[in-house]
Amino acid sequence: MEFIDYYKILGLDKTASTEQIKKAYRKLARQYHPDLNPNDKDANKKFQQINEANEVLSDPEKRKKYDQYGQNWQHAEAYEKAKQSQQTAGGTAYSTYGGSEAFGDDFSSGDFSDFFTSMFGGSSRGGQSQVKFRGQDYNAELQISLREAYTTHQRIFTINEKNIRITIPAGIANGQTIKLKGHGGAGVNGGPAGDLYITLTIAEDPVFKRLGDDLYTTVELDLYTAVLGGEKTIDTLDGKVKVKVPPETQNGAKTRLKGKGFPVYKKEGIYGDLIITWLIKLPVNLTEKQKALFRELSQS
Amino acid sequence: MPNTEELITPEACCAHYHIELTFIQSLSEYGLIEIISVEEKQFIHNEQLRGLEKFIRLHYELGINMEGIDAIAHLLRKMENMQEEITLLKNKLQL
Repeated sequence: MEFIDYYKILGLDKTASTEQIKKAYRKLARQYHPDLNPNDKDANKKFQQINEANEVLSDPEKRKKYDQYGQNWQHAEAYEKAKQSQQTAGGTAYSTYGGSEAFGDDFSSGDFSDFFTSMFGGSSRGGQSQVKFRGQDYNAELQISLREAYTTHQRIFTINEKNIRITIPAGIANGQTIKLKGHGGAGVNGGPAGDLYITLTIAEDPVFKRLGDDLYTTVELDLYTAVLGGEKTIDTLDGKVKVKVPPETQNGAKTRLKGKGFPVYKKEGIYGDLIITWLIKLPVNLTEKQKALFRELSQS
Repeated sequence: MPNTEELITPEACCAHYHIELTFIQSLSEYGLIEIISVEEKQFIHNEQLRGLEKFIRLHYELGINMEGIDAIAHLLRKMENMQEEITLLKNKLQL
């Protein structure tokens, strides 16, 4: 555990006034505040350092203790105890800073450095200018397949060693974010916990392309069915479907299947459409007889 | 019409967050939050609360004035859109 120079963090010297500390803190906080730096872990870490420096330097008692012991902070408790016993012996009432019991411990000390916790205890109830900070929002990414996004399903997330079960509603969009309130970082000074934001990334599917709630697919069609018409069984995300192919279907022609597309987000039973693009395959390896028939056809 | 369970009055917000009503009114004037009227009463939709909390932090913790909040909100929206675009492009590149 290393000594932390709180003055250096705030860019101040030891003679800084309360006003200068406040000003420096606000200036740096505006630069590194988590609200202004979403998804930036480095900025969030820096903000915690700034916050901690302000916590100590803006509180006259903590600042006095910090200034008094400085680099020798590890011996602070021993000095204090010795001093106290001397003064008690002399009959003088004396108030110590004490360890963690002198301060509240109603928030996770994990938000402050080990140095801070060691010197001032787990929390800082004594601060006059105590500001409640909402815990840091956590951001996570989750990649799911298009077929998984087609149905409402559950996933288990492990955050801070806790398993969280989330329900991913059918029809969720790529890049859409699910908010889990209170599952982010713990609050500071009794502030509320942050939220967990899970951004969903939907991987492209080799067969179906999704645009909004509609699905697009390309289906191969033999020349004879394309010319004469008929039926073709195709795959949808909901199973196989027989589709009527009208006679003289052109290559690249499209058929729309109503309600066979993607489910509309949070609208149960409502689906987009499936648009089929026909890709007409010409026969290959023709026999002489077949070639003759084609020639005959071309001259008719 | 929105579900009334999802609505909160500006006054209740003020009491909860310990802020002045004028702050909420200013946010609304700047178009940063939407105040809706239901049967002549004003409400804030609970979907707006996350944004409101952010603006409260910017103003009360960081001392940023309304013009600054307006500019920040605009830039954050821009950043968000760019982030979404990056995610989309990354997805496409995976093909």
